[in-house]
Amino acid sequence: MKIGYFTERPYRWVPEEEVFKNRSFFGVSNRFFDPEKAADDYNYYIDENCYAEELGFDLVALNEHHGNPFCMGSVMNVEAAVLASRTRRVRIVLIGNPLPAIKHPLRMAEELAEIDLISRGRLVTGWVRGAGSEQFFNNANPAYNREMFNEAHDFIVQAWTRPGPWRYEGKHFHYRHVNPWALPYQKPHPPMWIPGVISPETVKWCAAHRYPYIGLGTLLGPTCDLWDYYADEAARHGYQAGPENFGYLIPTVVAETQEKADTIANNFVFGGGQNAFSRPEFAMPPGYNSKSAIRMLAKQPTGSWLGVSGDKLAQHVAHDEPEHVDYGEVRRKLIAGLEKVKRNYQVIAGTPEHVLAKVKTILRILRPGVFIMFSVQGPVSNEERRASMRLFAQEVMPGLREYSREIDLPDPFERTPGSVGLGNGGRRPVVDREPLRELGLR
Amino acid sequence: MTKWTEETVKVAGTELALVKGGSGKPLLILHDELGYPGWMAWNEALAETRTLLIPLQPGFGKTPRLDWVRSYRDLAGFYSQVLREMRLDPIDVIGFSAGGFIAAEMAAADPRIFSHMVLVAPMGIKATEGEILDFFALTIRHHLRATVADPEKTPEFARIYGGEMTPAQFEAFEDARAETARLGWEPFMHNPSLPFLLRGLTTPTLLIRGTRDAVVPRNCIEEYRKAIPGAQVIELPGVGHRPEIEDAIAFERAVQRFLNS
Repeated sequence: MKIGYFTERPYRWVPEEEVFKNRSFFGVSNRFFDPEKAADDYNYYIDENCYAEELGFDLVALNEHHGNPFCMGSVMNVEAAVLASRTRRVRIVLIGNPLPAIKHPLRMAEELAEIDLISRGRLVTGWVRGAGSEQFFNNANPAYNREMFNEAHDFIVQAWTRPGPWRYEGKHFHYRHVNPWALPYQKPHPPMWIPGVISPETVKWCAAHRYPYIGLGTLLGPTCDLWDYYADEAARHGYQAGPENFGYLIPTVVAETQEKADTIANNFVFGGGQNAFSRPEFAMPPGYNSKSAIRMLAKQPTGSWLGVSGDKLAQHVAHDEPEHVDYGEVRRKLIAGLEKVKRNYQVIAGTPEHVLAKVKTILRILRPGVFIMFSVQGPVSNEERRASMRLFAQEVMPGLREYSREIDLPDPFERTPGSVGLGNGGRRPVVDREPLRELGLR
Repeated sequence: MTKWTEETVKVAGTELALVKGGSGKPLLILHDELGYPGWMAWNEALAETRTLLIPLQPGFGKTPRLDWVRSYRDLAGFYSQVLREMRLDPIDVIGFSAGGFIAAEMAAADPRIFSHMVLVAPMGIKATEGEILDFFALTIRHHLRATVADPEKTPEFARIYGGEMTPAQFEAFEDARAETARLGWEPFMHNPSLPFLLRGLTTPTLLIRGTRDAVVPRNCIEEYRKAIPGAQVIELPGVGHRPEIEDAIAFERAVQRFLNS
C-alpha cells in the first residue's frame, strides 16, 4: 500500500463569519485576500509537502479549485512543478486537473509532460470534471462537462502517445498542429488515478480504463457500493479488480491527546466545512449531474464532499432560507455534527493508537491500495499541522504498512491495475462489509 | 374547455412531441426555457379562434434531444424545417423568453416564415443597459420565483409550481435547464449577430413586456425595436416576466388585436 499526504491548502485568514454570511466558501469576495498572508501560505504549503517527503510519505497529492479560499490550489500544475523540483522521492499525485473547466487539453498535455520530466517520472496525473462552482468560475458549459472530460482525456492520451504532427477536429476541441515537443518521461504516459465522490458514471469510466479510483472521504457504506460497482464493471471488461484499483482519502488529525486532536479537528467544520464548499446553485449547475447521480444524491443520508449532498439537493428544491442566522449557534451545531461524522469514520481524529485502530478498520473494509491522509482545514497553526503529520508518519504509518502487508493490499505500482484475470468462480469480493455491520454502519 | 392533445409527429428527422388544441388558423407557440407548463387560461382564450401548435423543445424530456443542435440558431433551423415539412409556413408565432429568441432567429434566417411575430419578453439580443438574469446561477425555486412579479397574485403560477416539488418535476426542470445551457450558456442567452441579421425585417412584430420583468431588462426590448423598426411595443404594468399568466386578459387582448390587424 502507498501512503499519501494531502492538504487543500486552505487560505487560513478568511473571516469565518464572511463564509457563514455567504453560506459558502465559493463566492466570498476576494477583498478578503491578503497577498502577504497568501505568499506565506503558498510557500508554507510547498514546504509542508516537502516535509511530507522527509517524513516518509510515499505520495503528496494536490488538487485544484477556483475562486475559493477553501483551497488555494488555483493552478495546481504550478505547485506540482515546484514540487517536482524541490522533492526527490515522493510521487506527485494530481487529484486532479479539471479538464472541462480548463478547456485546453493540448496545453494540459504540455504542462504535465514538463512536470513529469522535471520530476523524472514521479507524476501521477488524475482528472476530474471539476466541482460545479468551477464551471461557473471558468464559464465552462456544465451541460457538456462529461463530453468535454471524455474528449479532453482521449485527446491528451493521443497527444502523449501518437507521434506528431497531426491535426485534430473534435466536437469540443480543435487543433491544427498537434506535436508537443515535451513528452512525458514515463512511458507510455504517467499513471492516471481518478478521484471521485458519487458519480457512478465516473466509476464506470474508470473501470473501463483500468484506472484506480480514489474515494474522496465518502461514507464507508456507499463507498463499498461504488467499489462493488467498479468491480462488476471490471469483470465485464474481463478483469478482477483489487486493492490496486482503489484509493481512499480521509480527513485525519493526530495529536498527543484525544482532547487536543478533537480541538484541532473542529477546524474541519470551519465556516461550515466541506459542505459549505459552495452553495447549491453553484454546486449543481444545469446539466452537470446525470439523472442517476441526482437520484443517488437524494439517497445520501448526510453531507459529502464538495458541497454536493442530499442536504444540498433538498436545499436546491426547498423554499427560501431564513434571513437571520445566529452564527454562534451555527458553529455549535457544526461541531456537534462533527461527532456523528467521526462516528461514521468520515473524520479520524485522536492519538496515534486511536487513529491507527480506526484507519486499520477502514483498510479492512475498503481494502485500498492507496491511503491518503487529508490534513486539517481552517485556521490551524503550522506547528499543529506539522505535529499531526509527524505523529501520523512516525507512530501510525508503520502500523499501517505492517497491516497492509498482513491483509495483502498491493498498490498500483506493485500490481498493474487491471492485470489480474477473472478466476473460474467469477469476480471475487473487493470490500469486506462485515466490520460495517459490527460498527452499526451501513 | 377546449380539447387539446399531445401527439408525436415524425418530422425533421425526429419524433416531435406537439401539443395541439383549438380550431381555426394555426398559431405556433414557442415555449420558454423552463419548458411548457401546461394548458393555461391564455391558451384557452386563444384556442377559441386559433389552432395552437406547441412543439415541446427537443431535450426537454418529451422530444428526444438532438445532438447536432448546439445553439439557438441551430434550434431555429430545426423548427424552420418542421414548419416547411408540415407545410405550415408562413404562420403566426408567439415566442416566450428563450422561445422569443428562437422565433427571432427563425425570422432572421427566413424573413417570410412568419406572417405575424409576437415576442414576449424575448431573450436573444444583448442588453446595452442591464443584463439578462443569470438564472443558471439560481436554484430552480429562485428562478421560478423571479419569473413573476407577485406569485401571490398569480393563481396560475401556484397552479403550476405550487406545493412541494416532486422528484419527477425536479428532473423535468433539470432537463430544461441542461438543454438551455447547451444552447445558451455562452454567450449567455443571446447571439451577437442577431440584431444585424434582423435588419430590414418587415414581418409585423409585437414586443410585449411586463414593467416589472426581473429576467429580461427593458433594454433588450429596445434593442429589438431598434433592429426591427416597425415593431410595436406593449408594456403591461405591474407584470413580470410572464405576462401571459400574470395578466392573461390584457395579454390575450393585445395578442388578438395584433394578430387580427
